[in-house]
Amino acid sequence: MFKKAMYLTVSLALLGFFATTPAAADAARDYVSIVGSSTVYPFATVVAEQFGKTTAFKTPKIESTGSGGGFQLFCTGVGVSYPDITNASRRMKKSECALCEKNGVQAVVEVKIGYDGIVMANTKKAKRLSLTRKALYLALAKKVPDPSGKEAWVENPYKTWKDIDAALPAKKIEVLGPPPTSGTRDAFVELVMENGAKSFGWIKAMDKKEFKNAAHTLREDGVYIEAGENDNLIVQKLEANPDALGIFGFSFLDQNTDKIQGAKIDGVAPSFDAIADGSYPVSRPLFFYVKKAHVGKIPGIAEYLKAFSSEKAWGPEGYLADKGLIPMPDAERKKTAADVANLNELPCDGLN
Amino acid sequence: MSSMPDHPIKSIDIVNKGLNRRYRAEKRFRRIGLGAVVISITFLSLLFISIIGRGHGAVFQTHMLLEIHFDPEIFIGVEAGAADYARLVKQALHAQFPDAATRGEKRALYGIVSSGAAFQLRHMVMEDPGLIGKRQSIWVSADDDVDMLIKGNLSAESGRLSENQLAWIERLQAQARLKKKFNTAFFTAGDSREPEQAGILGAASGSFFTLLITLMLSFPIGVATAIYLEEFAPKNRWTDLIEVNINNLAAVPSIVFGLLGLAVFLNAFGLPRSAPLVGGLVLTLMTLPTIIIASRASLQSVPPSIRDAALGIGASKMQMILHHVLPLAMPGMLTGTIIGMARALGETAPLLMIGMVAFIVDIPGGFTDPASALPVQIYLWADSPERAFEERTAAATMTLLLFLIVMNGFAVVLRKRLERRW
Repeated sequence: MFKKAMYLTVSLALLGFFATTPAAADAARDYVSIVGSSTVYPFATVVAEQFGKTTAFKTPKIESTGSGGGFQLFCTGVGVSYPDITNASRRMKKSECALCEKNGVQAVVEVKIGYDGIVMANTKKAKRLSLTRKALYLALAKKVPDPSGKEAWVENPYKTWKDIDAALPAKKIEVLGPPPTSGTRDAFVELVMENGAKSFGWIKAMDKKEFKNAAHTLREDGVYIEAGENDNLIVQKLEANPDALGIFGFSFLDQNTDKIQGAKIDGVAPSFDAIADGSYPVSRPLFFYVKKAHVGKIPGIAEYLKAFSSEKAWGPEGYLADKGLIPMPDAERKKTAADVANLNELPCDGLN
Repeated sequence: MSSMPDHPIKSIDIVNKGLNRRYRAEKRFRRIGLGAVVISITFLSLLFISIIGRGHGAVFQTHMLLEIHFDPEIFIGVEAGAADYARLVKQALHAQFPDAATRGEKRALYGIVSSGAAFQLRHMVMEDPGLIGKRQSIWVSADDDVDMLIKGNLSAESGRLSENQLAWIERLQAQARLKKKFNTAFFTAGDSREPEQAGILGAASGSFFTLLITLMLSFPIGVATAIYLEEFAPKNRWTDLIEVNINNLAAVPSIVFGLLGLAVFLNAFGLPRSAPLVGGLVLTLMTLPTIIIASRASLQSVPPSIRDAALGIGASKMQMILHHVLPLAMPGMLTGTIIGMARALGETAPLLMIGMVAFIVDIPGGFTDPASALPVQIYLWADSPERAFEERTAAATMTLLLFLIVMNGFAVVLRKRLERRW
């Protein structure tokens, strides 16, 4: 009896394996496959879910791989085993576009979906901070200009916010933020650190590579604490530590308004409206990219694009706004929607 | 020659002299052991208390009672499945709170009900088309912010809910139209971005299919390998090499198996991404060494006399193994397998590389459908901004722990029932 059971298990296992393998490899995919940024993930998933529930198509599958990882997968080739769409919290790079072309992914449609603000927040138990990008740069850069005014670098000497600007509180500088693998960190460095560095004429005048090196290197003496990719964790840590400031996406501030408050940057507090009209300085556009060769081959791509670019989704009153996506201005939305409907291709030449 | 002492030292005196010290050492030794047990139990209970404390709330979900009129008007000219059910919900809300007049107020009003309510009504009509035209009181699930407010996880001053919304909720409460009910969605639905509609069935089915593949492959292969190595293989350099490598394999970090899966199963064999089939294959690679090592140990523990007796009365080597050795070694092999499977159940790292860390709403129905797994679901929810996912994360963790406890309990029972001692 035992013998029988044994043979049965083995043969079943082999049968199961070989029966499914070739069938699965050849079968056409009947759902849209999406990869990419973890920042766009919370928005793309909402659209995918609505799309799956309100149409006859299957719900698209969305993997959260990060922007860079998404482009890697997306640009590997054309065919059912490669993703149809990749989400990105930054624009596609020229090198990525070239990789796509090399692998036969010639026609790519770029879709800008809206904006995401990056906020610097602390717990509500403490006072709201009012910072400038220059102050943030001085607080966080590894090497800063000599405080005496000489055009020379010194190791960052600032311990408290008051050291930087007498108007700021005499509290220890302590910032929790994302690690270098994160798109939020890239955007923070670009929007805050670079901008802060540019307020010094002689740094601005440096050549591009040197400037990047100076502006992109964050402190490693325990003032800037890499708190991992999980923004919820940063929010929890902020509650426990009233001195600390956290860096994360606006949607987490939006969901936790009873616990934390966003610092004013250059005099503007992060709010839905301030990010939408561009007066809050630290915001970035979000994108997704579509493989044109797959449209019409994989069922549902065109319809997913239509669902995403509908007013019901990305409009100021749409369900994405409820999740914290900052919509584009009306004219830009209209134009993008038209571009998407016509599947206008993105040329590699225009990219950086 | 020195004089002998009056009382020659007897060995019992030496023993007696050191006795107290030895008793003390013994006591200390026992206390250290007991202390270690207490510490580990404390940590374990802290873990359980914190998880259950946070997760028990997710078993219930706030529902609200709405007077739904299945207005025949919305069914004119469209199929019953495509009708605008959200309008029915809006109409019911509006009838209940006619004071919401402006566009903004209406939006706020519709915001207190889950967007899943429309799907619930659709489901009801699809089941029973006779409902069209009737009026009925129906409990629909409330929005996650309302749920959090009722459960006390969100303060009224948070700004997440407007003053109007708070007033409406108070009125609903006063009319007993707001109630916490058993959260069926959590146990019957797939993933969702709306916490009140999110469930773990999709992830649990994904884990089930993945583990089924893992079991079907790793158990027979592991046992066959162990039998060959233990009973047939000659002892030479090659078998030594294999043995060392199996032990090495057991210590390889699990993400490496994911990379292997990506390179071999996805890129070389062209198997579909995110499928339990591939997940199962990758986890098979990971659990195989565990099963082989456990199976070999249990084969070794079968006394040689059993083998000699079987061979002595004329059994062939295969008969000896299948009829006598294997049944005796089986409990140990099964225990090893279950422990290996329990470890596979908790893995996310290898699944990341093969695309199983993904948002998947549809509940997988087979081995090649896209699927995620229970630990992946926990990871994805822990990373979601919505407050209500916090308790759902803990509840999903509870489910995973429950699975693990059941599996380990099963291993203990098997061992107790089948084990034979010599």
